[in-house]
Amino acid sequence: MEQIRKNQLTKKDTQKRLMKRLSAPHPAALILTLSVLALGVLMVLSVSIGVSDIGWRTIIDSLFAFDETNTSHVILRDLRIPRILAASLVGAFLAVSGVIMQALTLNPLASPSIMGVTSGSAFMIAIAFAFYPESTYFQLIFWSFAGAALGAGMVFTIGSFSKRGLTPVKLALAGAAVSALLQSLSTIIALHFNVARDISFWFAGGVAGVRMESVRLVSIIALGGLLAAFALSRSLTIMGLGEEMAKGLGIRIGWIKFISTLIVLILTGAAVSIAGTVGYIGLIIPHITKKVMGMDYRWVIPSSAVFGAGLLVIADIAARTINQPYETPVGALTAMIGVPFFLVLARKEGRG
Amino acid sequence: MTDTDDLSPFKDRVFKRSLYFFFFLLFLLLILTVISLGSGHLSLSPGDIWQTVTGSGTEAHQLLLFQFRLPRIILAVLVGIGMATAGALFQGVTQNGLADPGIIGIHTGSGFFVVLFLYLVSLSQDQPPWWANIGLPFVAFVGGITAAILIYVLAWKEGVTPIRLVLVGIGINAGFSAAILLVQLRMSESDFNRAIIWLSGSIWNASWATVLRLLPWILLFVPLALYKARILSVMQLGEEMAVGLGTAVEKERIKLLIIGVALSAASVSVAGGVAFVGLVAPHLARRLVGGKFQRMIPVSAVIGAILIVLSDSIARTVLAPSEIPVGLIVSVIGAPYFIYLLITIKE
Repeated sequence: MEQIRKNQLTKKDTQKRLMKRLSAPHPAALILTLSVLALGVLMVLSVSIGVSDIGWRTIIDSLFAFDETNTSHVILRDLRIPRILAASLVGAFLAVSGVIMQALTLNPLASPSIMGVTSGSAFMIAIAFAFYPESTYFQLIFWSFAGAALGAGMVFTIGSFSKRGLTPVKLALAGAAVSALLQSLSTIIALHFNVARDISFWFAGGVAGVRMESVRLVSIIALGGLLAAFALSRSLTIMGLGEEMAKGLGIRIGWIKFISTLIVLILTGAAVSIAGTVGYIGLIIPHITKKVMGMDYRWVIPSSAVFGAGLLVIADIAARTINQPYETPVGALTAMIGVPFFLVLARKEGRG
Repeated sequence: MTDTDDLSPFKDRVFKRSLYFFFFLLFLLLILTVISLGSGHLSLSPGDIWQTVTGSGTEAHQLLLFQFRLPRIILAVLVGIGMATAGALFQGVTQNGLADPGIIGIHTGSGFFVVLFLYLVSLSQDQPPWWANIGLPFVAFVGGITAAILIYVLAWKEGVTPIRLVLVGIGINAGFSAAILLVQLRMSESDFNRAIIWLSGSIWNASWATVLRLLPWILLFVPLALYKARILSVMQLGEEMAVGLGTAVEKERIKLLIIGVALSAASVSVAGGVAFVGLVAPHLARRLVGGKFQRMIPVSAVIGAILIVLSDSIARTVLAPSEIPVGLIVSVIGAPYFIYLLITIKE
């Protein structure tokens, strides 16, 4: 009887049942709501901390009763707020593209910085600076997208040529080699065209001095990417069960893979174009999120966006306060957190 | 014929061929050196060089040749020898063709300690004291050893697999790079720029003093490496076989690693983070003369020297008048080779 009933289920029904079984063991909605609240608090906190501490009243006033002659108001409007928005956006973008990359490649080490995507973006930005110094910010974003595609394309080409495909180890090695190559080329270009100072910023990574226009522009482009990622989350969850299974359930795998790759490139390219190469967020956050939220990407993707935003906002607060009045590059700080994490994963992975 | 006989470098047919290769490469290095001596912002013809060397050249040429070009090229040769030999040792000990000291973080470990040392010295005194320069290779050595120990301990999980070693090494490399960045930012603007150039790998500021700083290390440790090469060849037969032939494997492994770290750290302390030499040179050498380390190490040392001299000439001329750190050129040559190895490796 049971057998017959199963056969009668349509593909859609089976998908639904599966999703139900996969849903998070924890009260996922509660965790997500709480972390959104926490992120909000963090961001407000971050606004008030800095070289010049600014009180709550002034913050509220600057938002609702902006006064051009008040220095604090100007600092908030022109420096702090864009910066914090940028930090949270970049964190979210990198985390989500890490999640998607790991889901697509079934490779726990996949992430934008390890796969050479970020150094690809930085390389193209170096080229843009050297040869098209007149580029507007809008054009830079597109250079950055192209660079992300270049880096990812190189690593994947290496993977498809090598004998057993991209094992986690090979991926890390190929990413390291591609990054070394692209960074060397970028540095050569930078030194020759005397744009080293402009470009070193992209290598160190950071959100200091971000302008509101760039935040607006990037957020429009990349929020589209985030929404698309949420739309794909269901299919990604089913693909996580194995490609055969997903195919049987009527998921168009090739299509999904193509769209997801596009999303990764857009999100990473956008992140690099604002903040330079900030590493390891796309590696750490997906692992933590999956531990907390289970394997259902409908929860994992939004929560990783929130967690990633939170991590980068915290890192940015640290970058501003550790060595006052100087800025510490955020990229170095995230690496300090990310490297131990990478080492733990490496110990787990390097069985061969 | 027993196995040990087979390991002797002098009794087999390939020996003659290896000798030819060795001398051919040496000859190539000589030619490159002459070309490199002549090329640059002010070019000299081979005739000019000959006249200057024999003492009948102009004073300007003498100054250029003996005070600037020559120490630089000798330094390039020494760094190449040091890094290639270190790379061969690392590849032999870890039995992993991808274990380049520049990739697994030995170089950045040395670099971090050197940058930290320079920073602390500059804090305490305005003028660097005389011992600061002599001390650099030792500081680099401590850094390299620290990195090696860290890698070994972190990769240890009921033994060390070659793959895990490299993966952990990449992590260590990233960690030290970030740490270097954090120290650099506390430096003054001029120190900061100098540190960046040094870290990308350069031999711009070569002088006879730098040559003399590196030379003792090369003279001491390269012969030691050659002396130990036989043991390295035995170890390639597998641990059991090596033990059966009377080798204390674990002890020898540590000695070999110390020699390797010493060579790479000393080279890094004068030339900065030049990666991929220790990877490419031993590989090419193995292609030419086979896997026996007694033959492979000298050949890879010469190849390493050629690689650096060549890259340095490119670095000086390709975008003249701006000079590029030599390490960047080596990376542009070496990274594709690394990728090629990665694709073809059997695992």
